[in-house]
Amino acid sequence: MPKRTPLYEEHIKLGAKIVDFAGFEMPVQYAGVMEEHNAVRNHAGLFDVSHMGEFEFTGSEALAFLNHLTANDVGKLTDGMAQYSLLCHSNGGIVDDILVYRKTAEHFVMVVNAANIEKDWNWVQQHATSSTQYAIRNISDEICLLALQGPKAIEMMQRLSDQKISELKSFRFAIGSVAGQNDCWIARTGYTGEDGVEIFCKNSQAPLIWQAILKSGAKPTGLGARDTLRLEARLSLYGHEINDETNPLEAGLAWVVKLDKKDFIGKKAIQKVKEEGLKRQIVGFKMLDKAIPRQGYPIVEEKNPVGVVTSGTFSPTLSVGIGLGYVPTHLSAIGTKFKIDIRSNLKLGEVVAMPFYKRK
Amino acid sequence: MEFPEDLKYTKEHEWVKVNGEIATIGITDYAQEQLGDIVYLELPAEGEAVEQGEPFGVVESVKAVSDLYAALSGTVLEINDPLVENPETLNEDCYEEGWLIKIKIGDPKELKNLMDCKSYQAHIKEETA
Repeated sequence: MPKRTPLYEEHIKLGAKIVDFAGFEMPVQYAGVMEEHNAVRNHAGLFDVSHMGEFEFTGSEALAFLNHLTANDVGKLTDGMAQYSLLCHSNGGIVDDILVYRKTAEHFVMVVNAANIEKDWNWVQQHATSSTQYAIRNISDEICLLALQGPKAIEMMQRLSDQKISELKSFRFAIGSVAGQNDCWIARTGYTGEDGVEIFCKNSQAPLIWQAILKSGAKPTGLGARDTLRLEARLSLYGHEINDETNPLEAGLAWVVKLDKKDFIGKKAIQKVKEEGLKRQIVGFKMLDKAIPRQGYPIVEEKNPVGVVTSGTFSPTLSVGIGLGYVPTHLSAIGTKFKIDIRSNLKLGEVVAMPFYKRK
Repeated sequence: MEFPEDLKYTKEHEWVKVNGEIATIGITDYAQEQLGDIVYLELPAEGEAVEQGEPFGVVESVKAVSDLYAALSGTVLEINDPLVENPETLNEDCYEEGWLIKIKIGDPKELKNLMDCKSYQAHIKEETA
């Protein structure tokens, strides 16, 4: 049986088209992908991303444990800060991409991809030691996550919260009320390339917060637009750009991996990749021919398949086919042209500067 | 959703309008709604042969690629060129402005494989049940 988030009934009321995503019945669209995409770029859109998982780490050794598990440096966080990071295998492959939030020096929350909750939780448990100086808890089923994104998002949230949202810096969070619901975590983070917030609340609080935000004028936005928005912003998606077999360096995530950190799982293997040099890497490309690249399509150099598209779509903002994909390093420079094998037709694409879309 | 009574329909959600030995083919209201925002269309060239039940082109929405299946066998007489330039028209008017191709019907006997508007609506109900 697929799971439902506590906002499922709200989605049905709004006439959402529901699809199975990572074992959850989720809204893929309400009014239409294009309309929702443009609402986020020009105004504000509201997403239910409660399917994502949350793990809590508490205790005096929680920080040390997290620093062993993750590739970024958790030691750089102060209270109320969030950090993008990775869980890596000892061979350097990526278990998941995550966010780590520090509430206090002894209280952290890790946010993981819905499709990986079970895998990640097993991973965390497997690496936990017998130390009594930290505790871990999978709180995924107790927490809802809403994302309000777009140029009007901050203004809207400010009217609904007792916290100074407009003074919140990027990747910082405050704990306070939203629409009269207390103890929400309001983070200036997102996955769309726009300004905005993500709100963590208890399941029972979610419907009221959802309704209040929609009342302020945000458009309900589904997973379809979430994908086109993140792709234009060149944000990686697990299962596409990154997976158990890709290493962070070829995925363009070297900035996340702190090789000067004492030790973490995967460090040795990633160090070795760095010393030996990359064989392939992710590039962003746009189509010069009229065509839309899709995940799995081969990237072709002189009739030989040399790479693969990891994500592709029609870009609503640019009105052209865009994609991300792995290519041999000699094809990675901006301006390089190659062909994409689209249903046995070779269509021309060109490597372009990333991201495809950057807000002004 | 709208399903004109003077059209014939296929299980793959195409419609056919027969006029003598010429058939006009398009996709139904249900199909365009299922696809969502249509952004790309690939149609055969004039003179190409199409075969009933076989793919003759491709329609893409923002998020998905779908084959177009020929409702009847025959030879392509005309394709809707303006539609290839503005495929979003399919979301607005799939029965008039949004026709895809016109073919010379190869075998009139194939017409009996098509559904009328009532059986097509029953088919949709079955499919979505």
